[in-house]
Amino acid sequence: MDSEQSRSRRTFIKSSSIASLAMMLGTPIIYGSNLSSGDSIIGEAITEWFDLPGKSSELTVLNDRPINAETPAHLLNDDLTPNDLFFVRNNGIPPNKVDVSIWTVSIEGESAKNKKAYTIADLKSKFKTHTLNLTLECGGNGRSEYNPPAKGNQWSIGAVGCAAWTGVLLKDVLADVGIKSNAVYIGYYGEDTHLSGDPDKDPISRGVPISKALEPESMIAWSMNGQDLPQLNGYPLRLVFGGYPASCSGKWLSKIVIRDQVHDGQKMSGKSYRIPCDPVAPGAKVVDEDMCIIERMPVKSLITYPKTGALIKQGTRLPIQGHAWTSADQITAVDYSIDFGVNWMACKVSPAKNKYQWQRFEAEVEIPKVGYYEVWAKATDSDGNSQPIILPGWNPKGYLNNACHRIAVKVK
Amino acid sequence: MANKKSNPPKMMVPNWNLFIGLVKFTLCAIIMAFGYLLLEDDINEWINRKPLPIGDINKRSSTSDEDDWNKTVNGIHLRSGLHADPNLQVIIGACTSCHSSKLITQNKATREGWKQMIRWMQKTQNLGDLGKSEPVILDYLAKYYAPKEEGRRQNIDVEAIEWYVLDLEE
Ligand code: HEC
Repeated sequence: MDSEQSRSRRTFIKSSSIASLAMMLGTPIIYGSNLSSGDSIIGEAITEWFDLPGKSSELTVLNDRPINAETPAHLLNDDLTPNDLFFVRNNGIPPNKVDVSIWTVSIEGESAKNKKAYTIADLKSKFKTHTLNLTLECGGNGRSEYNPPAKGNQWSIGAVGCAAWTGVLLKDVLADVGIKSNAVYIGYYGEDTHLSGDPDKDPISRGVPISKALEPESMIAWSMNGQDLPQLNGYPLRLVFGGYPASCSGKWLSKIVIRDQVHDGQKMSGKSYRIPCDPVAPGAKVVDEDMCIIERMPVKSLITYPKTGALIKQGTRLPIQGHAWTSADQITAVDYSIDFGVNWMACKVSPAKNKYQWQRFEAEVEIPKVGYYEVWAKATDSDGNSQPIILPGWNPKGYLNNACHRIAVKVK
Repeated sequence: MANKKSNPPKMMVPNWNLFIGLVKFTLCAIIMAFGYLLLEDDINEWINRKPLPIGDINKRSSTSDEDDWNKTVNGIHLRSGLHADPNLQVIIGACTSCHSSKLITQNKATREGWKQMIRWMQKTQNLGDLGKSEPVILDYLAKYYAPKEEGRRQNIDVEAIEWYVLDLEE
């Protein structure tokens, strides 16, 4: 045992010299973390500091390889989420050298009438440019609350953001190529690479039904909030589909295939981005054949002001603000409760500029007595759907948790 | 057209080229053997490259303090962020080459659940056969990263909140 231990110890120490060797040889070790001098240990996690290119240090980093980081709720108060605060869900390693002048996206596939490739300049000159405010939310946002625990990055609430995307409509580009009548799906390919280093393996290659691809809000975008896309969010080109899991909105986009069948790329099968076709009990075993692809995302909301943990004086009025979003036409109501759901009061809801933009809600909350309170928010959309107070249906990978958001407030 | 006169006359001289070649070869072999002796560990390591533990690259390459490398606080091995255990190196070796250990520490599952995740990575993500290490890895994961009993929705974690004074107009 002793020798075993010291042997492994040696291996460990020696790997340090390999690290330095790898660095000398220029082998890229990217996104290393920097333990700050004030390392602290909370429970089982080591608090570390990361430098994510183009991203605020206030993001919560769930994983540094591949990079996955979410935005704390109180930093999502802007109508349009600033680029450095927009969440990151990467499945592989982003391309590190990008030459915008030669970047092309090719459109092909069984159900494409032609095969065409466009540079970004081609897209800009051939098609009408549009700017739309679209909300993107990771299908696994809220996963951390499921029990039994669901596999994957344990997103809490901040894998969501809304930005002004500038680009061309996917339908205009697809029409230029020509779509055969047997088309059912589009799939994307990007220039990110698989974590194992295998150049023949895609980290992710998903897509959407052709009807979604042809919606007037489905875009190929090169700009976010008037700037180039951040490197971690798909620079220089990506798809944007509001109302669907964000994994459909392929980043570092280089190819779109028009398919005569449901796209069968990486993470389209098994349990990835799928839920049981019929509801199951928490913890149930579900075979792959009984899993169905997630399409539309459910109605949801976040309280973005104040930050949870406010201590306020008795007799003051507490303003609350937030956003609500849905894959339906629009949000029709947002209600809040300060008594654990016994009574609900209406918030003021602002209209959206276009479909899939999140909508601002606000209210002035009067809290009658001192004590501990929780403010809960619950949105309702034009399909008549609303948010559950406890968790929605359990599923093996923990998708689609749209339980209402809660913040804590104390009145003294 | 070929000019037969260009053929050199055959002479019986010793083959110096062969001799010099042999000397050069021997010298090279000696130098390489020396080099190998000096760098044996690194070369072997390079060949059977083990995945790197996560952590600060600069510290990793500059530290000479062995203890630092194995430092454990509250049961957590600082360098890797994983739970300390006699078999920790097996887990670091098998599980941190593609992604960081954070993907492990974020997750909780039964032994069967961990096995399913490993099978999924083997089927779809290029993870190889773990051989005799598999039961060791599964025992480790099931021990330290097991699910906890929780209700359908947890209380807000009041202890974790950083309370702050919010001044509002009366
Ligand atoms: C050959 C590369 C490779 C190795 C080695 C590897 N993994 Fe993975 N693993 C992946 C990839 C790729 C993913 C998906 C990452 C993503 O989408 O962010 C993944 C995901 C995971 C996840 C999340 C599972 C989910 O359903 O999303 C866990 C947990 C995990 N790995 C644990 C492990 C453990 C434990 C080991 C050691 C036995 C290991 N990994 C070794 C490639 C690997």
